[in-house]
Amino acid sequence: MWPTRYVVAARQAESKDTVTLTLRPVENPIEPPRPGQFTMLYAYGVGEVPISVSGFARGQELVQTIRAIGAVTRALCAAAPGDMIGVRGPFGTQWQLSLAEGRDLLVVAGGVGLAPLRPALLAALAERAGYRRIVLLVGARSPDDLLFARELETWRGRGASVRVTVDRADADWKGEVGLVTRFIDGAVTDPARTAAFVCGPEIMMRICAHALVSRGVAAENILVSLERNMRCGAALCGHCQLGPLLLCRDGPVVNYADAAPLAAKQEL
Amino acid sequence: MDATTTTPTSRLIDTRGLEDLYDALVEEGYRVIGPTVQDDAIVLRELSSAQELPFGWGVRLQPAGYRLRRRDDTAAFGHSAGPQSWKRFLHPPRERLWSATRTADGFELSGDRADDEPPRYAFLGVRPCDLRAIAIQDRVLAHPGSRYAARRAGVFIIAVNCTEPGETCFCASMGTGPGVRDPGHDLALTELVDDGGHRFLVEVGSQQGLDMLWQVRSKRAGDATVQQARSAVEAAAGRMGRQMQADGLRGLMADSHQAARWDDVAARCLSCGNCTMACPTCFCTTIEDTTDLTGDHAERWQHWDSCFDLDFSYLAGGSVRSTPKSRYRQWLTHKLGTWHDQFGESGCVGCGRCIVWCPTGIDLTEEVRALRTERAQRSGPWERS
Repeated sequence: MWPTRYVVAARQAESKDTVTLTLRPVENPIEPPRPGQFTMLYAYGVGEVPISVSGFARGQELVQTIRAIGAVTRALCAAAPGDMIGVRGPFGTQWQLSLAEGRDLLVVAGGVGLAPLRPALLAALAERAGYRRIVLLVGARSPDDLLFARELETWRGRGASVRVTVDRADADWKGEVGLVTRFIDGAVTDPARTAAFVCGPEIMMRICAHALVSRGVAAENILVSLERNMRCGAALCGHCQLGPLLLCRDGPVVNYADAAPLAAKQEL
Repeated sequence: MDATTTTPTSRLIDTRGLEDLYDALVEEGYRVIGPTVQDDAIVLRELSSAQELPFGWGVRLQPAGYRLRRRDDTAAFGHSAGPQSWKRFLHPPRERLWSATRTADGFELSGDRADDEPPRYAFLGVRPCDLRAIAIQDRVLAHPGSRYAARRAGVFIIAVNCTEPGETCFCASMGTGPGVRDPGHDLALTELVDDGGHRFLVEVGSQQGLDMLWQVRSKRAGDATVQQARSAVEAAAGRMGRQMQADGLRGLMADSHQAARWDDVAARCLSCGNCTMACPTCFCTTIEDTTDLTGDHAERWQHWDSCFDLDFSYLAGGSVRSTPKSRYRQWLTHKLGTWHDQFGESGCVGCGRCIVWCPTGIDLTEEVRALRTERAQRSGPWERS
């Protein structure tokens, strides 16, 4: 599968190491990705990495948020408007909003995990009447690491209850401090009618999902987004295996009822 | 051959017939790949004549051991699985996916014409275990429009029933042999070498196989010969070098994540990955993006990879499977267990190559036995496992 060529239409720095790129196709675009799905982004001559879609844009544009942690992601984060990027995809499973219809939707994000959740949140807010409460819990390492900070107020205005916490505050921070997992209990008011989407570092997802289950939310109503090494994105290279799952095909969004037994196994 | 005779489903050919078959394949534009002796092993290579087959050569196999030996007859297929499998032709070790050139606007992609046109292979001498392995890889890799699918579509397969299993073979317990059990072959041979001469029973597996058989000097196969061939294959099933207790393997693998046995294997496993290279179903690959020194020309290559590689499971911050123990466990539990979940069947065909080509002689049939024993002990006689 050859990469489809896109150019950077816009570049937004989200934090010191995270950038959101808006990509515009210069040839036949890929299928529109659904919330939760990812693409393989290619930086010419450097390499290719799996990146979740983080928003919706006009027409056939893609919105993807990248954190610079290696050669390829650094190259992508350094891309300027007009630079050409290769895109393959979309791949993977989606955040099933149908799970939350007529119920409370709880979205729990840790760090850069807010990026893959953002399209699901935006889709839910766009059909606000379809859900009861929409609650967003966001945790970040520090105020500087908070993604989409400017949008939080907008989301509140559109009918989401938003709580933000940081692990480590700075002098100007006036909000909450502590791990996002502490908010779980208080965020669930009707466990039998709650669906939860959780994304962040694996340990955070495990603790949050566990707390949700303890609070009475059914495991089948909790979705997590899992990650493993991906090279092809198309269920051919074998790298993204997690026990019986091939995460590029059976994930990254996985039902917690399926993920829990796998998460419990070390070095699986 | 008389064209008015009814469709022959089994005929008899001798070694001249084998040469006719070779010539007919070449005439049809096939590149004939088959076993041949090279570098003290029986490897798979393009043959320039049927005489290059390993007539009179056998092998002596054991964990961590492979030796050629001279047979006391002239059998061409009297040997079992060598270090390679047919996957090196259908799923090549290195393959360029595309090239790219830097342009004013960014870059342009192109494919090499030669890369895109699949070669037409004829595989001469596919054992039933390897035939199943090809079918297993088809399930994983033959996505519509893929290069694998294109290579696969053009292959002419001449299977060979096994009458002489090797010391490390266990196809019978995996249900893949010693006789051909799968469709997808064009012709199937059973070799007979005795006072009656050196001959091959040929059974037709497809219309293409039948068409090819018309080009070959052959005789009608008498009932006695057909029976002799069948008996030889049946007898082979009872002479397997090893056995795998195959039922409930998926459950056993799923139950064994915490087994102490893995520490035992880890003390012996070098994480060298030989098993994954030799295994006919292992399919993992990695992608490599490269450029030339100027950066104006880029290429993407795909090549074989192994789950024993430390890098295989790398995520930001480290590898998920950082211990050799976890990597051996991944390989075996995938091959015998989660392959069922992912692809609906076992990944193991019982060819025994991993046993032979492991430098420390790890034998998966023995590992499975040990895991079963450990699970039974864990559960105790009064608990369900």
